[in-house]
Amino acid sequence: MLLSNDRADHTAEGQTVAPAARAMAFERERRREAVTAQDTIDVQWADRIAAIARSQDQAAFAEVFRHFAPRVKAFLMKSGADEALAEECMQDVMATLWNKAHLYDPSRAAVSTWIFTIARNRKIDLLRRYARPEPEELPWGPEESPDQADILALQQETTKLADAIRTLPEKQRQLIERAYFGDLTHSEIAAETGLPLGTIKSRIRLALERLRHAMT
Amino acid sequence: MQTIRHNIPDNLLMSYAAGVLPQAFDLVVATHVSLSDDARARLAGFEAVGGAMLDDMDEAPIASDSLEQTMARIAGMKPTRRTPPAQGIFPEPLRRMVGGDADAVKWRSIGLGARQSVIYSDGDATARLICIPAGQAMPQHSHRGLEMTLVLQGAFRDDDGVYARGDIEVADQEVDHTPVAEPGEDCICLIATDGRLKFNGLLPRIAQPFLGI
Repeated sequence: MLLSNDRADHTAEGQTVAPAARAMAFERERRREAVTAQDTIDVQWADRIAAIARSQDQAAFAEVFRHFAPRVKAFLMKSGADEALAEECMQDVMATLWNKAHLYDPSRAAVSTWIFTIARNRKIDLLRRYARPEPEELPWGPEESPDQADILALQQETTKLADAIRTLPEKQRQLIERAYFGDLTHSEIAAETGLPLGTIKSRIRLALERLRHAMT
Repeated sequence: MQTIRHNIPDNLLMSYAAGVLPQAFDLVVATHVSLSDDARARLAGFEAVGGAMLDDMDEAPIASDSLEQTMARIAGMKPTRRTPPAQGIFPEPLRRMVGGDADAVKWRSIGLGARQSVIYSDGDATARLICIPAGQAMPQHSHRGLEMTLVLQGAFRDDDGVYARGDIEVADQEVDHTPVAEPGEDCICLIATDGRLKFNGLLPRIAQPFLGI
């Protein structure tokens, strides 16, 4: 299994280790034991998106496609699209993924999260026939190469969140599912999910802060 | 990035993440998130829930030549460019809807020096820009549904305190409020409502059907 330290050493080669980086290294050491197989898999997805962005890597894309395309299609069908429309729309989502690969920032979203947002936006464009208003993009991005520790930490939070969803009481889990598949209206959605969202939010907030500091 | 004191409630962020808000509200949320790192991070948390659900879905069978077809699609497309952040007071999603910054807005007077411009409206909800002269009260009103008010320029004060650029106030029909623009700059707000505003003063109430507020 690929551990976080191997990855970080790999990217930090030849660079002076700043105090902040040293603190991060300690944190990595502390977390080392906690790196699960799932975290490693998630980081590998992020690497594949980076390979698509860097060198239009078709093999990496094929792997991402094999895993996510059937899920994106299932998501679209569950949201009300028929089979043909879902196939068409899914291909469009996956093509968008290719074209936006250079905008993906692994310190702010897991690959599954990022693909979900693309699929959701496409679904809305299709259902409502308008381009959905999206937040302004940040003026920086993955080309400023986010810290590997940030990436791993975010993947770990995402894994924890996914585990928490799986262990929710059935009724609660169904409610969240219905919310995300569009079965509930906004006035029916209550945000008390019972999920540990505070930690993942803090992670992303930290990554945003670090990025803003690096840019100004 | 300024400090945002009044942030958006979780249920609206989750609704935005799930994609179930009317477009007028989508616009306010997207504009607010553009101005608030905190809201951006919380939204990302709710989107991570969606991502986890996606990852957990049972696979649907896909066409046997699905990958090839997708590659063919890609061949005919250009990589998406990063949209640069908007200069001026309107963040990108609002600028796109208006077709420019504040100087591109086609204002209509709604009396007492206040101006408005409806920028999007459908059967579900309406988004409008309102400009209240510095130091002046917005006509007292209540509303039948949900109302989101996002400050873009200047500030206003009501019973809950001062709202400045990036701050958002969410009110339901219980709230009967009288926002007053703070001295200094004219206060420009983006407001989404899913019910018509109901003005309580006699004159505005008579004028309401004609002004389309």
